[in-house]
Amino acid sequence: MRKAITGHKAVAEAMRQIEPDVVAVYPITPQSEIAEYYAEYVHNGLVRTELIPVESEHSALSACVGAAAAGGRVITATSSQGLALLVEVLYIAAGLRLPIVMALANRALSAPINIHCDHSDAYLARDSGAIQIFAESAQEAYDYMLMAQRIAEDMRVRLPVVVNLDGFTLTHTVQPVDLLDDAVAKAFVGEYKPYAPLLDVEHPVTWGAFAMTDYYFELKRAQQAGMEAAPAVFLEVQREFAKIAGRPYAGFFEAYKLADAEYVLVVLGSTAGTAKVAVDTLRARGMRVGLLKPWLWRPFPAQEVAAALAHAKVVAVLDRALSFGTMGALFEDVAAALYPLEKRPILVNYIYGLGGRDTTVPDLIRVFEELPHVARTEWALRYIGLRE
Amino acid sequence: MAGLKGWRELPLGGVVLGGTARELNKTGSWRAERPIWYVEKCIHCLQCWLHCPDNSILVQGGKMTGIDYEHCKGCGVCAAICPKDAIAMVPERSGECARP
Repeated sequence: MRKAITGHKAVAEAMRQIEPDVVAVYPITPQSEIAEYYAEYVHNGLVRTELIPVESEHSALSACVGAAAAGGRVITATSSQGLALLVEVLYIAAGLRLPIVMALANRALSAPINIHCDHSDAYLARDSGAIQIFAESAQEAYDYMLMAQRIAEDMRVRLPVVVNLDGFTLTHTVQPVDLLDDAVAKAFVGEYKPYAPLLDVEHPVTWGAFAMTDYYFELKRAQQAGMEAAPAVFLEVQREFAKIAGRPYAGFFEAYKLADAEYVLVVLGSTAGTAKVAVDTLRARGMRVGLLKPWLWRPFPAQEVAAALAHAKVVAVLDRALSFGTMGALFEDVAAALYPLEKRPILVNYIYGLGGRDTTVPDLIRVFEELPHVARTEWALRYIGLRE
Repeated sequence: MAGLKGWRELPLGGVVLGGTARELNKTGSWRAERPIWYVEKCIHCLQCWLHCPDNSILVQGGKMTGIDYEHCKGCGVCAAICPKDAIAMVPERSGECARP
């Protein structure tokens, strides 16, 4: 059923259909509406979820960890400073292989304080061990919330999954979203089979045991195996979802007019929509331009990205966060992916959209028009829409 | 490191089966203070058993029978919760022992 709803409502609707056992959540702009919609569903008896109103994001994810170890299906949501506060526990959720799904309404980190979108919160959690997916639209946020549950809970993976959606741009904008019928969504997500649940008192277990110099290293290597299994599981789940939902998902990223493109942008999230308009505009003028939009950022599908970009002349990687003292994190991912190739495109890194600064179609057309003049890969940042 | 398991052999998420760590980790050696149980004052309310974070209050047939000094870390929660002052904390090296 097609509805005109915000990204927040789309996420909340996916959560309603999944109907997790526990939602522990603390409100923060711009994520608050997810919690508010879900509280309304609980209050109105649409779901039987135990909603835990906690006193902070650190407590929210801690309650989620406890509930997941107890054997529950668990979802939370946060943003910006909330992510920063709970990131300690996100590492624990990943280390314990707990399949918690978290929507992240992307917002800039302080200071200066700001409530608008960039990806500094997602980048802060980059090395947490959580799988990270980026949505371009409210539709993708809804779809990937449903897929995230399956990916997280697959026994080959068993890791938390973060579904990123750009704060305000997606969370507060009304867009057309095709929702699956409840029965179809529920059948797709399926029944959760817990692993070693604490509430199974006939089979007592310890979660969160101590591991010293003798076993810590091996347990972290085993955690990496969950990440290594994730790409194949992502594709399996995506293939099944594309079939039942009738959507054109195929692969770790969307390749938009990329096959014959000489000049390419790589960008996460909603700005990919802006980039598509820029691509169409320049294609109409005869310039061979294209776009690569990763859905899956962690684990990073390096070989597939390299294969898709190998033929290009110049690739501009856009990062919506500074990694102070070095290049953008997505740029470094792409640069590392291309390094093994004998013939590589020239690479350049643009920083854009910090603190919600608008990035427009003319901005991205200007970027494309600069690319033919980039003579070699630069280890220096360029900035879009920044006053000197 | 010889004889230790490789990473592929470890349980998912480092989950440990109940009771399997008890013989390997004699956490009683961490103790700086030891709880002394005065059986004559004890009313067997089992508040200490309920609160002990290390399952070190020994109980049989609904009555306290002693303290598991191999695993008690000496946190003192039992002494603090006891309504009859039937448990007292003393320095580990004082030589004083439980007198059941």
